[in-house]
Amino acid sequence: MTADRIVPMVEIENLGKRYGTGQPVLGGISLSVAKGEFVTLIGPSGCGKSTMLKLISGLTPPSAGSIRVDGMAPKDAREIVSYIFQDATLLPWRTVEQNVGLGLELEGVARPTREQKTTALLELVGLTHVVKSYPRQLSGGMKMRVSIARALATNPRLLLMDEPFAALDEMTRDHLNEEILRLQAEQKWTAVFVTHSVAEAIFLSTRIVVLAPNPGRIHAEFAVDLPVPRTRSKRDTPEFDALAVKVSHALRAALAPEDAPVTSP
Amino acid sequence: MNSNARRRLVNFANAAAVFAALLVLWQLVLWIFRVPSYMLPSPSAVARAFVDRFSTILIALEITGEESAGGLIASILIGLLIALLFAQSRWVRRMLYPYTLLLQTVPIIAIAPLILMWVGAGAASVGVIAFIISLAPVIFNTTQGLISVDENLVHLFLMHNASPSQILFKLRLPHAVPSLFVGMRIASGLAVIGAVTGELYAGSSRVGVGGLGYSILYASTQLQTDYLFALVLATTVLGFAFFFLVMFFEWYCLHNWHESVRVPDADSDS
Repeated sequence: MTADRIVPMVEIENLGKRYGTGQPVLGGISLSVAKGEFVTLIGPSGCGKSTMLKLISGLTPPSAGSIRVDGMAPKDAREIVSYIFQDATLLPWRTVEQNVGLGLELEGVARPTREQKTTALLELVGLTHVVKSYPRQLSGGMKMRVSIARALATNPRLLLMDEPFAALDEMTRDHLNEEILRLQAEQKWTAVFVTHSVAEAIFLSTRIVVLAPNPGRIHAEFAVDLPVPRTRSKRDTPEFDALAVKVSHALRAALAPEDAPVTSP
Repeated sequence: MNSNARRRLVNFANAAAVFAALLVLWQLVLWIFRVPSYMLPSPSAVARAFVDRFSTILIALEITGEESAGGLIASILIGLLIALLFAQSRWVRRMLYPYTLLLQTVPIIAIAPLILMWVGAGAASVGVIAFIISLAPVIFNTTQGLISVDENLVHLFLMHNASPSQILFKLRLPHAVPSLFVGMRIASGLAVIGAVTGELYAGSSRVGVGGLGYSILYASTQLQTDYLFALVLATTVLGFAFFFLVMFFEWYCLHNWHESVRVPDADSDS
């Protein structure tokens, strides 16, 4: 409809990255993420998944190629981007509500607005009973919820998530996966998600990008056409299993030395 | 009574028992070896000296206490400022760290006469000596705390377009507070040692009245060994008082969030 619709949220062209004079970490990556998509990067260790997120967020500059985030340079786009790390990365000296309000505080939002926003988000992630608690009093799953609330507090249009649930037990992980989908359905942000888990990738994504290592490059792409809203029970369908087999296959092929590129179905 | 309180009571009883045993042993040594009282006074003589001269000891305690406190507060404030400077860049650290090391390695005894010469005899130079000896641990520990922040936390701040001063005051400084307290704890003991050492040189403006160090020197020249022991006891009390004051302050500031002062609580649910 409008021009806004046409500009992709993330546009990566011929991206390459090497640290210092070492081996390239990423090479020749081109990827376009449309608004509202949930794209998951999956691949073996050392294929540069996390580096991709660092590049998209502008925390590290590319060695070759270009990145645009909503048409802007990554550093200029930070106002619409939030980053969720593998650890909850909460500030231990701040209470839960102070942690959630951190981004707003740094961006100079006035206290009343901040408090309103924080309260609403804590309600959204189901943490109203621990508002005044300190991080050390929380379980791993609760800490991650705080981290998610903090990321969403600044109204991001793009959410970058670097294996946010990798350190959690499976029950908590499944629960938070559903939670993330619910939040995205409500708030309609775009997501670039990194994981090691095939099941998690399929459950969350609209598209899965399989990366191969040495140097990190795109090995295969899969569109995920499972119906929404997705719930835990949808994981036991034949369609889900069939896709899981394909993605696992591509992952193994990505690791093999003489890998032939696999095309998306 | 909960188990925690009971454990504390048992600990206290143990410490008291050891103390009593030491006193008995001390008295036995005196009887068996017939040690003259100017070499080693009896525990009761020390206690008597302590009571008899209580008002003098109290004055000495106050003088040394003020000098130590002045030196300690100065080393905390200035040490913190230097640490903030050190945290700015690796380049600054490389250039200035060796000189900080010098602070720690130069024996205070060696430079005390110099300081007396420059500052003049009296409480001021004693305070300066206490300051110099307690400065290094504050600088080292606080700098370490300021620069050892998790990289992802810095990234988080950068993602929210945080300014360098926001990163310093909302991230690095709070993160360094536990380390600052470690430095303060070490510094509190050193400040008392520094003040007492300084007084051995600095003397007193009035005859017979001075800080603990001065009084110790006076007692030893007069062979008033019981009084000397009482003064050593008072010095120990002063050192403990400083240490526990810092400990209490640390607990007050950190008990909400920091692991080192954490009381194990019931498992939180998910």
